[in-house]
Amino acid sequence: MSPRRAAAAAAGVRGAAGVRDEAVQVHERAARGRTVQREQGVQREQAVQEQAVQERAAPDGGGGRAAHRRDLLRRMLLVRRFEERCVELYSAGEVRGFVHLCIGEEAVPVGVLEALTSDDAVVSTYREHGHALARGIPAESVMAEMLGRVTGCSRGRGGSMHLFDASRRFYGGHAIVAGGLPVAAGLALADRMRGDERVTCCFFGDGAMAEGEFHETANLAALWGLPLVLACENNLYAMGTPLAREHAVTDLALRAASYGMAAWPVDGMDVLAVEKAARRAAGAVRAGGGPHFLELRTYRFRAHSMYDPDRYRERSEIERWKARDPLRVLGDRMRAEDGFGDEDLDALERDVAAELDRAVERARAAGEEPVEDLLRFVTGPPREGP
Amino acid sequence: MSSFTMVKALNEALRKELEADPKTLVMGEDVGRLGGVFRVTDGLHKDFGEDRVIDTPLAESGIVGTAIGLALRGYRPVVEIQFDGFVYPAFDQIVSQLAKMHARALGHVKLPVTVRIPYAGGIGAVEHHSESHEAYFAHTAGLKVVTPSNPVDAYWMLRQAVRCDDPVIFLEPKRRYWDKAELDPNAAGAPSRLHDARVAREGRDATLIAYGPMVKVCLDAAAAAEEDGRSLEVVDLRSLSPLDFDTVTASVQRTGRAVVVHEAPVFMGMGAELAARITERCFYALEAPVLRVGGYFAPYPPSRVEETFLPDLDRVLDAVDRSLAF
Ligand SMILES: Cc1ncc(C[n+]2csc(CCOP(=O)(O)OP(=O)(O)O)c2C)c(N)n1
Ligand SMILES: [Mg+2]
Repeated sequence: MSPRRAAAAAAGVRGAAGVRDEAVQVHERAARGRTVQREQGVQREQAVQEQAVQERAAPDGGGGRAAHRRDLLRRMLLVRRFEERCVELYSAGEVRGFVHLCIGEEAVPVGVLEALTSDDAVVSTYREHGHALARGIPAESVMAEMLGRVTGCSRGRGGSMHLFDASRRFYGGHAIVAGGLPVAAGLALADRMRGDERVTCCFFGDGAMAEGEFHETANLAALWGLPLVLACENNLYAMGTPLAREHAVTDLALRAASYGMAAWPVDGMDVLAVEKAARRAAGAVRAGGGPHFLELRTYRFRAHSMYDPDRYRERSEIERWKARDPLRVLGDRMRAEDGFGDEDLDALERDVAAELDRAVERARAAGEEPVEDLLRFVTGPPREGP
Repeated sequence: MSSFTMVKALNEALRKELEADPKTLVMGEDVGRLGGVFRVTDGLHKDFGEDRVIDTPLAESGIVGTAIGLALRGYRPVVEIQFDGFVYPAFDQIVSQLAKMHARALGHVKLPVTVRIPYAGGIGAVEHHSESHEAYFAHTAGLKVVTPSNPVDAYWMLRQAVRCDDPVIFLEPKRRYWDKAELDPNAAGAPSRLHDARVAREGRDATLIAYGPMVKVCLDAAAAAEEDGRSLEVVDLRSLSPLDFDTVTASVQRTGRAVVVHEAPVFMGMGAELAARITERCFYALEAPVLRVGGYFAPYPPSRVEETFLPDLDRVLDAVDRSLAF
């Protein structure tokens, strides 16, 4: 008999009302806990925002600040222009298979991964070009993968949805919604067992939070205090289904908090806010604070995939979000505070264009994996047993 | 009679069944307002309302489990799984609950659940979107597994599956979704029963046994072989569980040779069961061992090599040559 059962037995048989009362109390306690956690999360986020505002108000954050922002802008630009190239190549029939674009969401991959080190691990989704590029997988390697070339990070086998680069601790591209979440928990558990001060960051969408795998992972991670950052890209839609028809409780941070982890919403169109929040979360995780959940509020400007006619959203809604284009949000701030100008932007554009020209050119020149090789790597070489 | 694609035929079948029985429901991810990724449920939400054509969250296990509960209370849910590879999160509900409950209740409950799954390759989709997983389901007692190869069968078989009181895994060969055929949806009755195989083309020299997406490949192969003076019979299994061995055996008794063709890996595939049964039943009629043509034992490849990966006319005819050379 469990200690609780034994205690209950010792206390004598209780009526249904007693059980109910206790259940109500437990529920209320949990609700209080959630509120507290949520408030803490919100306070924390506010503090971060204030700090950011103060920094911005400073006459000069130093050359370092401007350079850092320029770097963030360049990376977001790289993701945006990379995906635009993909669209062209897809239309030309050079890129095949499924393609999901993150145009509009660039602040999320760039901001979150800015807060991680190269020792940290990343688990992603099928909308992962941005994650892969922000992780530091060279554009050439990702582009070769898009074009099905053997020089691609997955030998051209994976394509858009299955980018993988174990050497950079980028553990996929996962086409199965929510499929990467438990895997990320395992990576995090291993780090803890080995005593590594590493963080695992798992990206997933709002839709993924309806899958059982999310809930199993959230519970495991909180129960075991795993060093995991759960980065939810809330773009308000799961394919054609809006958030409110996907979730009973649409406050996703609140739901995550109910598992017993710090969780708070972040403006996912502002890369600086995303970076701050991610630094805060990753820092706390690294310090042993257990899993942290970021609800990154963002929006995809394009359809779900190349096949999606995108008939479930109002054009005006898309336009409203485009007004908060993450490239523009950061660019405007740099213009206002760092003396960033059109020539600077042009220079960045030229730089990115040159990098992508090179990536496409080299990828095109590379060969394809021979068909016979497809049976390779299915399983590993035999290993001697006892 | 008018011309129907397989998608349109399936849509019409669902419409007819929704009209026929108020307890029939359609549910799945984006099947309602959006009409489904392949548009099989197009227009049904508008015409039958959101209580009968139900948009669900992303929760495959939850969708199938809910359908089981509904079935236990007399409803007839038709569940759509968006792509083959997304059925695995629901595998537990299908194998542990759906397949077993009739036996567990000693026949006292009915499980009229149809799980529609677009499956197999050939459309430039990739891993998780081109799976041929029929053997997993056929290997599970308590499930019926069927797969049409053309629009006419798609229409009638789906209607029969919905009416069936047992769970049916209904596998739709997505590369045949846009094939067309003449269909009279108001005909008095179906041309065949749900679990009967059909001789799709008669021949004398060898029997090609196929189902779903590979039936057309085999028919094309048989047409090509005819030019070389070879007469090949093609059997379209239609139902994978139960399997209509009588039709298969009758054909092989006549031709003395059999080649089984499927997209799924040869290893442990449907072909293994067929080869064993044919050998048991037709041993003395066989002129050659039963041969199998199928997929490689590897994950589904990127689309640029799909054509090499999938069994095609040449691979089928090559097996026929080997069988005839025996
Ligand atoms: C298990 C599973 N079910 C369904 C799908 C099909 N599907 C792919 S993406 C998607 C929507 C996911 O929405 P969300 O998690 O919000 O991510 P987003 O696409 O918005 O980035 C769906 C339904 C899938 N890939 N895997
Ligand atoms: Mg989403």
